Amino acid sequence: MSVDTSKVAASNTSAATASKPTKVGAIAAWSDERLGLAAMGKKNLRKIFPDHWSFMLGEIALWSFVVLLITGVFLTLWFQPSMAETTYQGAYPNLRGVSMSQAYASTLHISFDVRGGLLLRQMHHWAAMLFVSAMMIHMLRVAFTGAYRKPRELNWVIGSTLLILGTIEGFTGYSLPDDLLSGTGVRAAAGFMQAIPIVGTYITFFLFGGEFPGDSIIPRLYTIHVLLIPGILLGLVAAHMLLLVYHKHTQWAGPGRKETNVVGYPMLPVYAAKAGGFFFITFGVAALMGALLSINAVWKFGPYDPTKVTAGAQPDWYMGWPDGALRIMPGWESHFWGSTWSWNIFIPVILMPMLSWLLVTILPFLENWITGDQREHHLLQRPRNAPTRTAFIVSLMTWYAMFWLAGGNDIIATQLHSSINNITYALRVLVFVGPAIAFFITRRWCIALQRHDNEVLLHGYESGVIMRSAQGGYAEIHKPISESKAYAITVRDRGTEGAGLADGPKANGKLTLRDKLRTLYYEDDVQKPTVDEYDEAQAHLAHADHGDAHELEGGHGH
Amino acid sequence: MSDSHEIQAHTDALLPDPGHPEHHWRPTDVDPRAERRAERQVASLFGLSILCTILFVVFYVTIEGGIGGPTVMGLGASNLALGLSLGGALLFIGIGVIQWARKLMADVELVEERHPASSSEADRSATVAALQAGLEESGIARRPLIRNTLIGSVGLLVAPAVVMLRDLGPLPGDRLRHTVWAKNMRVVRDVVGTPIRPADLEIGDLVNSSAEILFGTDKGQPVPEADVIEGTELQVEKAKAATVLLRMDPDDIVSDATRNWSVSGIVAYSKICTHVGCPISLNERTTHHLLCPCHQSTFDLADSGKVIFGPAGRHLPQLPLGLDDEGFLVALSDYPEPVGPSFWERETKSPGAVFNEWNKENAQ
Ligand code: HEM
Ligand code: FES
Repeated sequence: MSVDTSKVAASNTSAATASKPTKVGAIAAWSDERLGLAAMGKKNLRKIFPDHWSFMLGEIALWSFVVLLITGVFLTLWFQPSMAETTYQGAYPNLRGVSMSQAYASTLHISFDVRGGLLLRQMHHWAAMLFVSAMMIHMLRVAFTGAYRKPRELNWVIGSTLLILGTIEGFTGYSLPDDLLSGTGVRAAAGFMQAIPIVGTYITFFLFGGEFPGDSIIPRLYTIHVLLIPGILLGLVAAHMLLLVYHKHTQWAGPGRKETNVVGYPMLPVYAAKAGGFFFITFGVAALMGALLSINAVWKFGPYDPTKVTAGAQPDWYMGWPDGALRIMPGWESHFWGSTWSWNIFIPVILMPMLSWLLVTILPFLENWITGDQREHHLLQRPRNAPTRTAFIVSLMTWYAMFWLAGGNDIIATQLHSSINNITYALRVLVFVGPAIAFFITRRWCIALQRHDNEVLLHGYESGVIMRSAQGGYAEIHKPISESKAYAITVRDRGTEGAGLADGPKANGKLTLRDKLRTLYYEDDVQKPTVDEYDEAQAHLAHADHGDAHELEGGHGH
Repeated sequence: MSDSHEIQAHTDALLPDPGHPEHHWRPTDVDPRAERRAERQVASLFGLSILCTILFVVFYVTIEGGIGGPTVMGLGASNLALGLSLGGALLFIGIGVIQWARKLMADVELVEERHPASSSEADRSATVAALQAGLEESGIARRPLIRNTLIGSVGLLVAPAVVMLRDLGPLPGDRLRHTVWAKNMRVVRDVVGTPIRPADLEIGDLVNSSAEILFGTDKGQPVPEADVIEGTELQVEKAKAATVLLRMDPDDIVSDATRNWSVSGIVAYSKICTHVGCPISLNERTTHHLLCPCHQSTFDLADSGKVIFGPAGRHLPQLPLGLDDEGFLVALSDYPEPVGPSFWERETKSPGAVFNEWNKENAQ
């Protein structure tokens, strides 16, 4: 396409044309003389951000956090974090005259007497769902593409801390309305804490101000929910963003996109507009969800009563996996010397989640210890090009998913018309076998995809055009892939290139654990072709007049 | 590491870099009509947002909220109208801004060089030198007495912070070991507080019950003001005293303890799950099994409340039952062992051992 560029709109140029003093210039001068911001602005205002849909996931997390801050502050205007008993006299007829805590009564007040109050509550709760899910998916994106490698390991640690704090923040918020469902959750949480050996009873008495339920837990959870954790989250989010700016965003390999540069749109105006616009979209989606989808209709559950429970009590989904672990754990308790050790509680809800979280947090360090790679990495890796890592992440996901499923073992049992016992026994096995199978399948799959890449590179892609040859055989025409695609998919290390030096055999002649793991890490990787192989294949492709015709019957035996 | 301050990264490309792809002009760049159309489009989106915001205010004032207000397809009209208009007001801004960026802002991709995350060698040694000089001048290394007492005094400041937490709550003491149940206290229905005679229950009936004192009465008579349990204390005691009564065929009872503590086939157990404390509610009529809805622990009420299935680690405590002179069900004592979820200091024994000990204590 030839374009008369003289007609190109003035907007699409980046040449600064300002010559006489402008308003912007005047404001900048005024503030720079006082704050000296120009040096920082020069570096950052036109900072480059690369574009890819998967880079938006973190943004969803960020913006839903902002939505939580805004809707949360509104909720505090009416919510009363008190467990003092009151008799409900508000608008909701079914509970009028019922004795309940002020926390619950004020939640009903927000829902039924404050115009838009229900909307705020539902937006707040939906934004919490978005927040936690976006963080998780964002984290998966970072892990699958190896974006957590040097120099970004610390930002990964901050991220995983954000995830665990966000989850706790969600649990404390969920507990505030003091309805029957959330009270049951707090009841269970008290049981969890009490099960911690030696100090558990004291922790519980101190947190609850005495025996469960007492009158202190809601006010204390409130302080944690609106002050302590949001404060820490805010600080960590700021640090996360600062490090992002300092490291500059990672990017996908492609023409002109190398380890040593970053290609994309400048912060001002395009990136700021897209990101800012996206804030309004996240906020708007939360509003639509609050309008259309009912969530946590606390008036249906009634006030908390320690002697009552709703059938099929389920926590918010992100709490589901420790709950599942709790369900399928065998009822092991040890009793000796006048003490009770509740492994059946301590292991599934305290030890297992803490260790899983720790493992996720140290993932970049673990990988680095295995590979010994000391280089910086700014180009993302396609998941298939790190088969062992990808497989390990999928197996962690399977671990999580099996526990999460176990959290619905009663529902699964009714759905499958099976006994809850059988489902529980099956899940006890699947929790361990599932991740192993997932690891194996994913690794083989990645390797197959690497092989496929090579095939496409050397023999072209299947064009879908079938040609009949003079002999009457049918063949599909293969066409070479574009130069830029060929360039992009061949940007990757060859074998253990970049890995550190091997430890070498130990005194007894055996390999160190690290060397063994490193071998496993790189084993079976399919290498990209050599330049010679590539050139030869290109010549061959060009030779076959209309591309490379492969006999269909012959299959792909090359 | 090399002296020149370079980024320690390497793009292992197989093929020569084809270089940055050619920039294509968008219709809005080259066609003034398309440009003006896009401009109008973006402005209209902002206009729509303004309209939605005005609607929000109008809805706020005109539509009655809450439970008495009108509904649309089962949804509260106020919630729906406010949410949709607010959602529209926000979304149209978002879409408008992004449309502006996509259609009208410069779309030339720019390149920026990366720099290593580390500082230059020179900077690093300068910093280390400065740090060294600072430490040197303070003499912190040369004066261990000052250094150690400083570390000690600052470290000890944790103590006030921790000590201050002491008054968060009382010490557990033996509070978890006792409930309000006592010898001859009537077993009453948990909501209304009426006493129960064995004849009130048919075989298979399950009754949620509680201790009479929690209703402020003793044998139907109000207790003295000082003994009334109220407020937070009432919640705490209710949470521990909750009891289920189940009447079964006396011949179905398996264990001696359960038989001895039953009255005409009626047994009483703590309603608080020994797992993490949910109130247990689901009764399987034919089997005398009681199921906890939280994590499906199942207890056999015919056999000392033993765990049949699920994650609970220990049997459900049984309340010894008897009759008073008016023929109402009463407790023969407090629960012989602590009720509810585990705690570390809990002394846990088998149902048989608990029963024997109780017999010894209550023999005199
Ligand atoms: C940062 C992450 C946050 C998460 C994940 C979160 C989550 C939640 C959840 C799930 C609820 C229960 C909502 C319901 O009633 O259905 C809740 C309630 C509440 N949140 Fe948050 N929240 C967050 C931040 C905040 C902030 C920053 C504030 C205030 C400064 C706040 C104030 C409140 C209040 C007052 C309630 C009780 C009101 C009610 O339930 O009606 N929240 N939160
Ligand atoms: S609380 Fe009853 S099974 Fe967990």
